[in-house]
This record gives sequence, structure tokens and C-alpha cells, in this order.
Amino acid sequence: MRNTLKSIFKDGKFRLGFGILVFLLLMIFLYPLFVPNPPLEIIGRGTFFPPGVYVSNLDSVSGAPIYSLTLADAEAKRLASKLSLEDRAEMKTYLLAVGVPEEQINIEDTAALLALWAEKYDPKLNVKGMIFAKLQYYRRLNDKLVSLLDSEGLILARETDGVLEKTGQVLPLDYVNIGEVSSVRVLPLGTDNFGRDVLTELVKATGVSLQIGLIAGSIATAIGLVLGLISGYVGGWLDDLIMFFTNLLIVIPSLIILILISYSISQSERGPTTIAIVIGLTSWVWTTKAVRAQVISLRNRDHVNLSKLSGHSTASIILRDILPYIASYVVMAFILQISSAILAEASLSILGLGPKTTLVPTLGLMMNWAMIYQAHILGKWWAYFPVIVVIALITFSMNLINTSLDQIFNPALRE
Amino acid sequence: MGKTILKVDNLKTKYITRYNEDVYAVNDVSLEVEEGKSLGIAGESGCGKSTLALSLMGYYFAPLHYVSGDIVIDGKNISSLEPDAVRQSVLGQEIAYIPQSAMNALNPTRKIINFIEDVVLAHEPNSDKKEIRQLAETRFELLGLPKSVLDHYPVELSGGMKQRTVIAISVFLSPKILIADEPSSALDVSSQKMVIKMLLDLMDRGLVKAMIFITHELPLLYNVTDDIMVMYAGQIVEKGTARQTVFDPLHPYSKGLMGSIIVPEAGVRNSKLSSIPGVPPNLKHPPQGCQFAERCKYVVEECKTHEISMRPAEGDRAYRCIFGEDVLRKAYNNG
Amino acid sequence: MADETCETCLSGTNLTKIYAFGKSRTVAVDNINFCFNAGQVISIVGESGSGKTTLAKMLLGLTNVTSGQIYFRGKPLDISTSKKRKEYWKSIQAIFQDPYSSYNIFTKIDDVLLDCIHLRGGRKVPKEEKIAMMEEACRFVNLKFAELTNKYPFELSGGQMQRLMIARVFLLKPKILLADEPTSMIDACSRASILEMLLKLRDEINMTLIFITHDIGLAYFISDEVYIMEHGKIVESGSADEVILNPKEAYTKRLINDVPKIYEPWDLSTVDYHL
Repeated sequence: MRNTLKSIFKDGKFRLGFGILVFLLLMIFLYPLFVPNPPLEIIGRGTFFPPGVYVSNLDSVSGAPIYSLTLADAEAKRLASKLSLEDRAEMKTYLLAVGVPEEQINIEDTAALLALWAEKYDPKLNVKGMIFAKLQYYRRLNDKLVSLLDSEGLILARETDGVLEKTGQVLPLDYVNIGEVSSVRVLPLGTDNFGRDVLTELVKATGVSLQIGLIAGSIATAIGLVLGLISGYVGGWLDDLIMFFTNLLIVIPSLIILILISYSISQSERGPTTIAIVIGLTSWVWTTKAVRAQVISLRNRDHVNLSKLSGHSTASIILRDILPYIASYVVMAFILQISSAILAEASLSILGLGPKTTLVPTLGLMMNWAMIYQAHILGKWWAYFPVIVVIALITFSMNLINTSLDQIFNPALRE
Repeated sequence: MGKTILKVDNLKTKYITRYNEDVYAVNDVSLEVEEGKSLGIAGESGCGKSTLALSLMGYYFAPLHYVSGDIVIDGKNISSLEPDAVRQSVLGQEIAYIPQSAMNALNPTRKIINFIEDVVLAHEPNSDKKEIRQLAETRFELLGLPKSVLDHYPVELSGGMKQRTVIAISVFLSPKILIADEPSSALDVSSQKMVIKMLLDLMDRGLVKAMIFITHELPLLYNVTDDIMVMYAGQIVEKGTARQTVFDPLHPYSKGLMGSIIVPEAGVRNSKLSSIPGVPPNLKHPPQGCQFAERCKYVVEECKTHEISMRPAEGDRAYRCIFGEDVLRKAYNNG
Repeated sequence: MADETCETCLSGTNLTKIYAFGKSRTVAVDNINFCFNAGQVISIVGESGSGKTTLAKMLLGLTNVTSGQIYFRGKPLDISTSKKRKEYWKSIQAIFQDPYSSYNIFTKIDDVLLDCIHLRGGRKVPKEEKIAMMEEACRFVNLKFAELTNKYPFELSGGQMQRLMIARVFLLKPKILLADEPTSMIDACSRASILEMLLKLRDEINMTLIFITHDIGLAYFISDEVYIMEHGKIVESGSADEVILNPKEAYTKRLINDVPKIYEPWDLSTVDYHL
């Protein structure tokens, strides 16, 4: 056995699959130790904050000591980041209209462009062929540029009895050390539509979804295995009866049954475990069919006949001569059930029939929220893409493990 | 002496397993087949006889790899050709091969005539389909197959008929040499007899010039081929005429093999069968010296250390053993 | 042994098996009668599709008889309940054609043999004695038990696996052994030793050996009595010498004629291509 384990760990496929799964499990268990915040805590006022390091404005101005750094490109950088491509294109249009030759205008070079603008822009000039609204737009743009070019910085003031009292000044040269700002929050995956930290939520959701998959997969595989074994080996009227129910469930898409059952349970009653049980109870059909087919092909094999002739009981034949042969298949079915249960939970949740939304996040709920708030249309990728990646990783790793487990189950494949 | 159709010199091919081990399934095989002659290859399963058949065609694909040696068909050396060249100019035209399960290799959705068209068009792309059909009809008639077979699907034919049809298709381009690997072992005795008669007819009518027949059924081999070669662990251990090899085997392995023949003839019932203890060596780690030493009754210390080569014997035959033929015959007579 | 030889071990009257699927009916075994004497070697010879394997399954009680009756030691065989079936199975054992599918690949050789001892009521026997019994069984078939322990059957060669099958039968000591083409997937060299062991086993535990084969030469070599089957019917039966050396029926003659021989020439001129 130890040698077998050693040999499967030599298999690259197994190592990759196992590695991914261990990484996910470690994430689930270790992450809360470092970030103990509750996963559904709303920290952002607003939707879909992009991933990044968030620093409190107030703390950076008043809390931390201020350092002056003379960095030549700092100003240019600030201007460059404030001046959008559209603004630059509009500036070029204006400059062309007032007769600047095109080769003199370089919209990439912010400093040159601004200098050219300051030289050529005249708010009083009535450019020929330009409508009033457009002129107004250029006036506003000019105001913005003027304030950008301001080198005086910001004056901080406090209002007392309608009188402003200057308390400080922030110059363009002023910098703070991020380590000295008391309130910094890293949001590697930003926030979702409710302003909740996506990463913390995702880690928790992965754990809950795996749990749902495990429960649903175990239930479905157990029911499918038992019914398949009985139906395939015993045969007769028992087989007819089991197949009748199985075929009945096959013609009704299981998603519809799932939806109906989910719908009939009130949302406040629907916890992740309830959903897992419901999924498990509706997805055993294919396992039954497949196990039955395998058992029927095994039933007439010579070793089973010999076992019968030797006087073994039906139960012992099923356990010793049939079950080991289909074990690898059942494990494969189990792994597929886990991943399909995770997907089933996701589809239910997307339809709004998943577990109640106030308790814990699941991968499906996260997708649901992202979809409802149109994250995919707004391009807020961090709200749904990491969820898809996690679902794919779970399924991928389990399939990799499954294919390399054949060696354990089939001694004829061992070295 | 007739013209030499196939001459093989020191052919060596190997399998590379998925753990990157070399398995020499054909090890230093030399043979020669003359025009109008047939050569039988006998041996237990796993002795390399089917691999030899594959190797003789010069068409290698993984995991089988060519190592060394020459294959000369009618004066043309094919061992140095590229696989594509072999497929285009050697297979079907120079050499035809009928594998064991050939009759199950036909695509069930196509008619027999389509397979023949494929064969001809692959070598002469501009042939006329009507002409092919006419040719096929005359050829099938010549070989005792009803013309109607051409318009049947493979599943509509019985096992024996299917196998004969496959043979007729394989030799459609009149190859110089036909390699038949257990062509009849999946068939009933009556169908087997038909297939064998057809193979012998092909030789008689000159549709193939020479034949290599591979089987583990010795009585069959004795009745079909002129010469018999016995293979063991990838090597040839004995070469001679069919009569010599069956009734006067020299190598201890051949002796054991011939002693296990069972036929429904008087006297067989009371004869003592011989059996060889043990199993063939693992070709991944072949033993030093004689490959058969471990199972041989007459083994001496030298067998296990010395490489044994083929030695000639009286009557234009050869065998691979450390002992002289008289010593062996005497030992066999004493039991 | 003397009183056993004249006793009828297995016989059948008007035995028929029809496979029905929907409206199609296939008669696999067609109204056959036979009488196998205890202690003898009986061969059933037939080409593929002759119904010999179906007959074997019926004799083993693995498939139902459509009509007719099998008699076991003179009494009608009743295997209608699983208890009666198990009782019958204590007296009959089988060796099948394909040794690779005859073993449970998850069971080690020790357990295969140990199981046989347990099934014959040896569960409480001390361990040393069990090992001694297994060693004896292995010695009987020229295998070394010490080399087999902790191995799986599929690690052996086909011939060794079939010999291990015989070792099983040696431990189970049934009244009847049905061997369904036990040597057809085995090399000629190992075949001889298996045939010898089957005969030795017959003498050792005094059983009836039913040998099913397509090879008429093999049947002639091993059996006392031969039954020739064609399309579900028995066309000829009698002692081996009688049937093989002096066949009366055209089918038997053809069958013998079609097999390649070595002492007499093999007549290929009779081949009719248009069969």
C-alpha cells in the first residue's frame, strides 16, 4: 500500500490535482486566521471597489507625519493620470481648429500638450464652426486643467460659526509613509456590489460550496450505488421497479425538480445543508444507471460464476466480486457529483433559489450577486471572475486526482 | 534453387515501454524465403512472432522501433525507407499483411467494393471505378468468392467468408510476399480449412510469390508451409523443413513443443505428452547466455554464461544450442 | 471407486434451452438426452454456436432450463430456490476458458485458496494446518506455494493460473468438474501439463470430468466418452475410440476431416468454397 501511494505521488497529474486541492483547503483554513473579519461584513459604501490598497484620506493627512519629496515626475504623473485619453483627443481637436499644425501636437506628451494648450486657448475666441455647447465644454475643461496645474496645493480649513479657519496645507510635494497611516485596508479583489471584501467572501464561499458538494455528492453516490447494485445484480421485478423510478426522474430534468423543491421550502429555512440534501436527493439518477450497467456486465463474468459455484452469498458476492471492480468508477462518479453539485448550487442560487443570503456566502450566491448587479456588463471582473476560477479549479483538481487514482483501485495496473 | 523473394539479415527491433525500458521483441533474426515457398513461424504467445511480422513490413510506429538489420524484398532494401515511403510503395504492392483480427478491421458502414477501390486508388489515383469492379469480379471468381460479396457490407458475411474477403482485398495488387498472422485461429475448423485452401491457391496461381505463415498451431503449420522456424524469446531457435522440425526437432524447446501436439489420430490417446516447466524470460531483463537455459532439461553451466549462436546441422537446417545434434538426439532417445 | 463407476452421475432428458428476446427465439440447446457416468471423462465437442457453452451453463445451474429435466445421481435436479442451488453447487465446480477473467483481481492467491478451505468447513482449522493444505494443493499442480503467497493471480502466466484453478478444485473436492475449454487460451507447452493434471485430479478425488472443447483431437486425447454437438443437437456419442476413429455420422466425419493432422495427409480437396 505504501508503495502504491508512493507511485501515485510520482504521477505528475495526481500531484497537480492534489496540490490544487490542498492549496484551496489551506486557503479555507488558514485565511480566517489572518483576516478574522466576518465574510459578509459590509465595509464599502458603494458598489464594486476595484482591487487595490485603500488608505484613509483623513488619516493620511492629519494622522501621519508628512514628508516632502522632490520627485520630478510626480507632477507629470498626477497630470497624466488625471487627463483622460478622451480629454486629450478633445484638446487636439480644439488645437487643430485654432490652426495648430497637426505635427506639433503630441497627445502622449502631457507637459508639451498642456503648454501648447495654455498658449493657444482663449476662452473668448469664437472658433468657427463650433457649436456653443462644445465651447462650453472647452471652458469647463480649461477650468479643470487650470486647477490641475495649480502648484499651491490644498488648504485645509475648519469651519467654526460660519468662519473658515485654516488648519493646514497639503502641498504637491507632500508625502506620507503608508506604514504610518493608521487605517490601511488591502482589498486584493476589491469589493462586491454590497461593498463586501470579495477575497474574504470568496474563501468562505469556497469552503461552504465544497461542503455542499461533499454532502450532496455523498448522498447522491450512496443512493445511486445501492440502487444500482440491487437493480443490476438482483434483477427481476426489483430491477423493473427501480428502473421505473429512475426513468421517471430522468425524463423530468432534475433542475426543474430542484427548483420546485427549493421553491417549496421558504427562503428562511434554506440553509446550505438543506440545499445540499435537496441536490443530493435529485442527482443520483445517473449514478444508478451507470452502476447498474457496470454490474450487469460484471454479473456474468467467470469469477462471479465461480464465486456462486463456491457457495458465497449474494451479499458477499456483491461486496467482494462486484464492488471492487466498480470502485474506481464510483469514486469517479462521486467526484463528478461533487463538482456537479457545486454547479447545481450555483445555478439554483443564480435563479435566486439558493440558500438564504444573510448567513454565509456560497460560490453560487456570489455569482448571483455579481449577475444581478451587472458586474459582467460593467466590467467589474473581480466580482465574478475569481469565483469562476475557483469553481474551475475545484472541478479540474478533482478530475485530475480521479484519473490518477485508477492505479489504486486496479491492482492489475500497479507496477 | 528459386529466386530469393525476401531476405532478412540480423533484424533487431524493440518496443519502448512507457517507463522508457527497451524490450527487444525481435532479436537478431535472419531468414530467407524463395519464390514459390512458404515459411512457417511457430512459437508460444509472447515469443515475438507477431512483432516479427510487423517488423518485416518495415513500417514502424511507436512503441515499436527499428534498431538494426536489413530487410530486402526482391532485391530492394526497405529497412532504410521512411514510413511514408513504405506505406506508399511497399505495403500492398510488395508485401501484404493479414493480422489475426483482420476480419474485424473492416469499417462496417462501407461495402466490400469500396475497400477494393480504396486499395487501388491509393496506389493508382487515376484508375477507373468500372475497371476496378471488373478486375475485382474476375479476381473474386478466381478465388472462389461469389461476385455478390462485392456489394455486401462486412456484417452481412460469415466469419470465414469475411476472412477470405479480407485476404482477397489484401492481395489485390498481387504483392510479392504475403504475411499471414494467425489468419484462421478465430475460426471454426471448416472455415479454417477454407482459408488455408485459399492461401495455398494464391501461391499456386502465382498471385503471391511467397508466404510467411505465423501460428501457434503446429499441426496446421506442418500441413501448410514448406519450412518451419521456431521462435523463442525474440530469437530463432530452430530452422528447417516442416518434416524435419516436427518429427526430428533438435532444439530442446522445439522438442518440447512438438511433443505437445495433439491430433485426432490413432495412437495419440496413449502417447505421453511432453510439457516444459517454467515461463519464458521477461524480455525487459533477458537472461545472459541461452534464453531457454532456465527451462531446459539439458542445461549445463556454460549455457548460462555464453551467448549461443545458430549452428548448422545436417540437411540444410540450423538450431541455437550448445550441444551437437547427435548429443541431443541421444539425449531425447533416452528420455 | 468400483461401485461409483457404474452409477450415473448426471443425465438429462429432452433438455432444451430457448433464448427469447421480444419476438425472436433462438434454440440454443435442442431436445438433447445424455447420461454421464460417474468417474469418467466426458467430452462435449462442438463448433462455435453449437450450444455447448449453454449446455454447460445449464449443467452448472447458472441458467434456467426451458424444458426437459436434468438428473443428478438419479434424482431430478431441483435448483429452484437459492438454498437448493447452493446445495447442488457443493457437488459441482467449473474451470472456465479465460483464466484472466476467472479470478477476482482484488483477491490474493492465498485468499483464493484459503476461501476454498473455509468453504469446505475448515474455518476453525489451525493456521499451520491450513497452510499445509494449501501447500499440498499447490504441490499437486506443480506450483510452489511459497512463491505464490502475497501475489495476485494475474501476476502468473495463463498456464499457471489455470493450474491454480485446478488447485482450487483439489481443495473443494467436488463430485463433478466441468471444464469449459480450459486450454484454448493457453500455449501448447502448458496445455499438456494441464490435461495431465486434470486426469490426475480425477483419479485423486474420484470425480466426473466434463470437458467442453472445440478441439476434437483434445477430446480424443482426454476423454472416455465423446458427445458431438451440432446446432444444439447431439449428433453422435460413444466411447472416444469409437467416435473418433470410426465415426458414423457425416458431421463427425467432416469435423475430424477438417482438422489438420500430422501422421496422415490433410485432405484439402474436399473443401467446398460455396458453403
